Amino acid sequence: MARLKLKEHLINRDWCKGCNICVHFCPKHVLELDSEEKVVAVRPEDCICCRLCELRCPDLAIEVITEQSDHDATSTSEDAVNTSEQDD
Amino acid sequence: MAIKDYIRQRYFPQMWCPGCGHGTILNALLRAVDELGLDKNSIVMTSGIGCSARISGYVDFHSLHTLHGRALAFATGVKLSKPELKLLVPMGDGDALAIGGNHFIHAARRNIDITAIIMNNRIYGMTGGQYSPLSGPGKKASTAPYTTIDNQFDVVNLSIAAGASFVARSTTYHVLECVDILKRAIQHKGFSVVEILSQCPTHYGRKNKEGDAVQMLEFQKKTTAKLGSKALENDPTLIPRGVFVDIDAPEYCEEYDKIMKRAMKETLQKEPLKNFGNQANQTCDMA
Ligand SMILES: Cc1ncc(C[n+]2csc(CCOP(=O)(O)OP(=O)(O)O)c2C)c(N)n1
Ligand code: SF4
Ligand code: SF4
Ligand code: SF4
Repeated sequence: MARLKLKEHLINRDWCKGCNICVHFCPKHVLELDSEEKVVAVRPEDCICCRLCELRCPDLAIEVITEQSDHDATSTSEDAVNTSEQDD
Repeated sequence: MAIKDYIRQRYFPQMWCPGCGHGTILNALLRAVDELGLDKNSIVMTSGIGCSARISGYVDFHSLHTLHGRALAFATGVKLSKPELKLLVPMGDGDALAIGGNHFIHAARRNIDITAIIMNNRIYGMTGGQYSPLSGPGKKASTAPYTTIDNQFDVVNLSIAAGASFVARSTTYHVLECVDILKRAIQHKGFSVVEILSQCPTHYGRKNKEGDAVQMLEFQKKTTAKLGSKALENDPTLIPRGVFVDIDAPEYCEEYDKIMKRAMKETLQKEPLKNFGNQANQTCDMA
């Protein structure tokens, strides 16, 4: 499978509640909360596009947009399985 | 379709507290439906009352927000009248197994083609943190300031004993597993039960000193293990996750259909002139 390349993190600041779930569980420490307790991608160059932030977010507030497949296209949680570090 | 096409965006941001696991269950369910390529118009979601039950307001499917504990009764009615529709029934642990416990076991016993999703946060979130039949002993709740003494149900064993033909468990930490299991459960013909351990940081977490949402997710990671894993073999006190039962068994609507056909045929043989068969046919379509 071709490695996914990050285009951007699409963050909905109106929906994000700053719960810190995506920040804490990002395997590459890409995300942080800002002074308003909203998530921001501070190290996007480290992102491996595993999509775990997007899948775990209770508020549907973060989306990982990749080069090969933007949000309406073929990316699925199966892509996430292939690249993820989620353990047993 | 994009995930956003399956929700009613006008109701967002949703009402759940920051870090509430119910939102992650919504997220996983939307992915499952999307990956199965289901048409929104082919899905009906019924729900009862509770923080969990609010989920039916956020999905852009046909939805019925009904009475506490009665979501499965409404779903049974919908399914029997329109068996071609997919029925999804998310329920809180109180909704499904306290007030709704009787509906739950009987829906399982009938093996009616409905997907029941137990959003188990081990507490009554909506009404202020009373303990539920899934809290288990030694837990703090607003109704148990000196800790609970009640044993909890094991949802998996209860569902199997009651007759569900697909039974699985996962957690909001293991979201990829959730998506995978939900896809299988939705495709399964018969009564499927998916228990998803969820977190209520506001009541359960705070009262039981389990910390915030992140810590509660770490706890789910630490205290559960995949069926058949080394971790589970080495430590049987861990809560097993995975698919426990997935069998073919006669489905209620199909059996009902067969009985209807037989009844009509026999009536027709007995009373051919009254043309009762056609009438019965019409009633059946409208039922
Ligand atoms: C017939 C009836 N009895 C009691 C209530 C009060 N009530 C509302 S929600 C709820 C329990 C909610 O707990 P649960 O189903 O576990 O869902 P959660 O809020 O934790 O997601 C109760 C007892 C009610 N609405 N209707
Ligand atoms: S998981 Fe979602 S709501 Fe929580 S901080 Fe991240 S983007 Fe915001
Ligand atoms: S896609 Fe994965 S690596 Fe990238 S920010 Fe999200 S969790 Fe981190
Ligand atoms: S009270 Fe608990 S279950 Fe209800 S929304 Fe808040 S965290 Fe979720």
